[in-house]
Amino acid sequence: MLSWAINFTAAMICIALILNLWRMVQGPSIQDRILALDTMCINSIALIILYGINMGTGLYFEAALLIAMMGFVSTSALCKYLLRGDLIE
Amino acid sequence: MLNDLIWIPLLPLLGTLVPLFASRFSRSACAFLTAGLPALALVLVLQLAPQVFEGETVRQSFGWIPQMGLELAFRLDGLALLFTLLILGIGLLVVLYARYYLSEKDSMGKFYAYLILFMFAMLGVVMSDNLIQLWMFWELTSISSFLLISFWGHKTEARKGARMALTITGAGGLALLAGVLLIGNVVGSYSLHDVLASGDLIREHAAYPVILVLVLLGAFTKSAQFPFHFWLPHAMAAPTPVSAYLHSATMVKAGIFLMARMYPVLSGTELWFLIVSMTGLATLLLGAYVALFKHDLKGLLAYSTVSHLGLITLLLGMGTELAAVAALFHIINHATFKASLFMAAGIIDHESGSRDMRQLNGLWKYMPYTATLAMVAAAAMAGVPLLNGFLSKEMFFAETLHQDSLGSLSWMVPVFATLGGVFSVAYSLRFIHDVFFNGEPINLPKTPHEPPRYMRVPVEILVALCLLVGVLPTFVIGDLLYTASAATLQGAVPEYSLAIWHGFNFPLLMSFIALAGGIAVYVNRKELFQFQAQFPENDPKLVFEAIIQMIHKQITRFMELAENGSLQRYSYMMLSLAMVMMAKPLLDLNATAGHRPQIPVDAISITGAVLLAIGALATVIWNRQRMVALVALSVVGLIVSLMFAKFSAPDLALTQLAVEVVTVILLMLALFFLPQTTPKESSPKRVARDLGIAAVIGGVIGTISYAMMTRPLESISTFFLENSKTGGGGTNVVNVILVDFRGFDTLGEITVLGIAALGIFKLIARMRLYMPASDGDGRPWSKDSHPLMLSVVSQSLLPLALLVSAYIFLRGHNMPGGGFIAGLITSVAIIQQYIAHGVDWIKARMKLDYQLMIGSGITIAALTGLGSWFFDRPFLTSWFDHFHLPLVGEFELASAMLFDLGVYLTVVGATMLILANLGKLTTSERPVLKEHD
Repeated sequence: MLSWAINFTAAMICIALILNLWRMVQGPSIQDRILALDTMCINSIALIILYGINMGTGLYFEAALLIAMMGFVSTSALCKYLLRGDLIE
Repeated sequence: MLNDLIWIPLLPLLGTLVPLFASRFSRSACAFLTAGLPALALVLVLQLAPQVFEGETVRQSFGWIPQMGLELAFRLDGLALLFTLLILGIGLLVVLYARYYLSEKDSMGKFYAYLILFMFAMLGVVMSDNLIQLWMFWELTSISSFLLISFWGHKTEARKGARMALTITGAGGLALLAGVLLIGNVVGSYSLHDVLASGDLIREHAAYPVILVLVLLGAFTKSAQFPFHFWLPHAMAAPTPVSAYLHSATMVKAGIFLMARMYPVLSGTELWFLIVSMTGLATLLLGAYVALFKHDLKGLLAYSTVSHLGLITLLLGMGTELAAVAALFHIINHATFKASLFMAAGIIDHESGSRDMRQLNGLWKYMPYTATLAMVAAAAMAGVPLLNGFLSKEMFFAETLHQDSLGSLSWMVPVFATLGGVFSVAYSLRFIHDVFFNGEPINLPKTPHEPPRYMRVPVEILVALCLLVGVLPTFVIGDLLYTASAATLQGAVPEYSLAIWHGFNFPLLMSFIALAGGIAVYVNRKELFQFQAQFPENDPKLVFEAIIQMIHKQITRFMELAENGSLQRYSYMMLSLAMVMMAKPLLDLNATAGHRPQIPVDAISITGAVLLAIGALATVIWNRQRMVALVALSVVGLIVSLMFAKFSAPDLALTQLAVEVVTVILLMLALFFLPQTTPKESSPKRVARDLGIAAVIGGVIGTISYAMMTRPLESISTFFLENSKTGGGGTNVVNVILVDFRGFDTLGEITVLGIAALGIFKLIARMRLYMPASDGDGRPWSKDSHPLMLSVVSQSLLPLALLVSAYIFLRGHNMPGGGFIAGLITSVAIIQQYIAHGVDWIKARMKLDYQLMIGSGITIAALTGLGSWFFDRPFLTSWFDHFHLPLVGEFELASAMLFDLGVYLTVVGATMLILANLGKLTTSERPVLKEHD
């Protein structure tokens, strides 16, 4: 049952990632693309946690934690750039 | 301990620091303290002198790189003793003289430091017992003399003269190095002891002519022999104490010293005679002739020095033993009278404000005492009996008579020698008569008067020596000359007599012809000056500058061809070359795929590959829309770190994630200052070319990767995997490699990181850049500089991020993590605060000195490494043990953790120093664009 669920979820996440990519390429505005990147980060977190569940290990937890943190910083920096151009003022 | 030979050069080396500290005291105190250590060195030399007089060669050596035949070796034989006494004795007199010569504006400490540094270099040259070491000190004399000549750097002729001297003597030094290496190759040792014993071996070797020419090039350039003599007159732009020391007594004698030192090895052949004596003769005549026409006092003395150096070279070139003795004798005599003459010229310049002999007339009335001293010295230079110059000149004349190497033309040598003597008398006479008599001074800037009492003391001592040697030669100088000759000849010293009177003979006649002829030439100087005025004045400085500028132009043209500032061209050339080099071996590889079983492909990996490929393509396609390209690049970075995680490299995945975000922020900080839109620059042809190259390179790299990955690979990873726990005390192999197995590498890397960060800090400090008022689409920037939502969320993120950072740091030794990743996480957390709150807000709340952080990080890492020395272990040996505490339980402590702390601090400091300062470039007053413009 668990392996079926994992396979199903993985497929869904992959589709989500491809759709993110579609939005990233398609745009049309830069905000859309940044949003696509941010969602891609979130899907990556899911993928990594899923991989950890599948392998039965907690070894990948830190990577997911770091993507969560770094993804936020990256997105907020990109947005700040759009707002003010100047990141650190 | 002070009996060691090495202290003789070492004391002056320490002495270079003394004036730098002593210059804060009074000028006399500074001079006195400066003289201290060289004086002590002189005492050491005098202590050792009796041994040397007995014929002993005092030697001392230390291993340097014994595997390469390099050693730090010193020797004190007769020749070295003679030069050491000259260098230290005259050096001390010059220190005293310079005390009064330098003005208040000159930096006394700097001057003395250079002077003593030169003294050290010169002592090193004459005392070296190893040829490579000799060459090293030789180059040091060139460099320190450059510093001394250019001491008055505000004068253009000082800078140009110094550059010329350095170029000529430096080029000669390179030739000398080549010669020395060849000698070492022939003899099999660089030790002077071995080289001096293998004269026959070298002379009979096929490479002898090459060796001879190379070594002589070194000697001739240094000793200002024709055609390299022209740098010496231009070096007169130096302060006069420097001229008195370097350009009369010591440095220009280094070339002569080299010839004397290599005399037993290189002399005695037809080639030696031809090159050395003919060069010497030409220099002797040219110098003496030109000296007569110089109106500048120091110019006259400079050409006179050139001429006397030619005389010594000619003597050495003759190849007879007596001539070598005469050469050594003249070295001593020339040093004493020429140094005193330079000092006298300096006094005249100092007290009257001019060195032009057309202005300086009749100074006898104003400074009779100095005039007497200068006249005695000039008479010695002319070769007047009862003075030292007379004795060595007579020996010289006598030797020219015994010369028969030119066959039936041998009579020319004494004739030319006498002619040189005639001019030498004439310019000496001009020095005396023009300056001290010949009417009244014309338009002098100052009214001349006698110098301070102690400024004259060095001149008095030297002139007294001229007289003493001239009257009592055997008593004063006999022993020294004998041992020096013995050391130079490396064998029996011939019979010679230092008496003043040898009866009526040919040399005496030549002396009198020279005196009478000189007087005749001087009396008829008007005609001679008119004759000389017909020739166009060709200034060697202009020729030299023209050559330098031509070389510079050629190099610039070549550089513009190879390095035109176009990044596209560099990558085009580099990648093309790399492509050829990489593709070549692939042609020999028969099958691309190896036999290693392959992992089955799953859907997730395919998805990742698609994302990666399209992200990369999007970056390239949108390369002119920078923000979009940046977003596409972030996709690539994200997928790469996912791949690292999937293929068992969690450490790399964490590092990649952190580096990724820091890079994106860095890029955006720089993007702000760039134009918001990029024009299309590459022509279609160029795009096609670049696409072609990129495709081929990609294909080659892909093939290599595929071929590598399908083949079983044996590497040293197994060793690390096996020894990580037992040897380094950690289960995270990556971290153990970083902080333990390859700790020394890491120490180097964090040092480089720190230096790079400081370099960037220095580069961007005070930089002011254009700041755009609107974004790419022309919309003005938002007015809300720090949105509230962002500020609040970011602030609450900080403790969480720091906690994660601490966690990653602490567990690093056994689980994925470590100081580097933790450092990056901390930096990112702090940068987020900068982004959300701005510099001013941070400045008020967080006082972190990033430079101090870098410094302390590297210090901690280095000290951890040094710590192992206390336990008699090699640098950076790590230690670990397990402990037990109530509540905490079992835990491990390792010295590697302290090392990792150093890494952490350096990474945080460096990243923040770069990013925060790049961010601070924007000032508060930036242009505002109104909304309805």
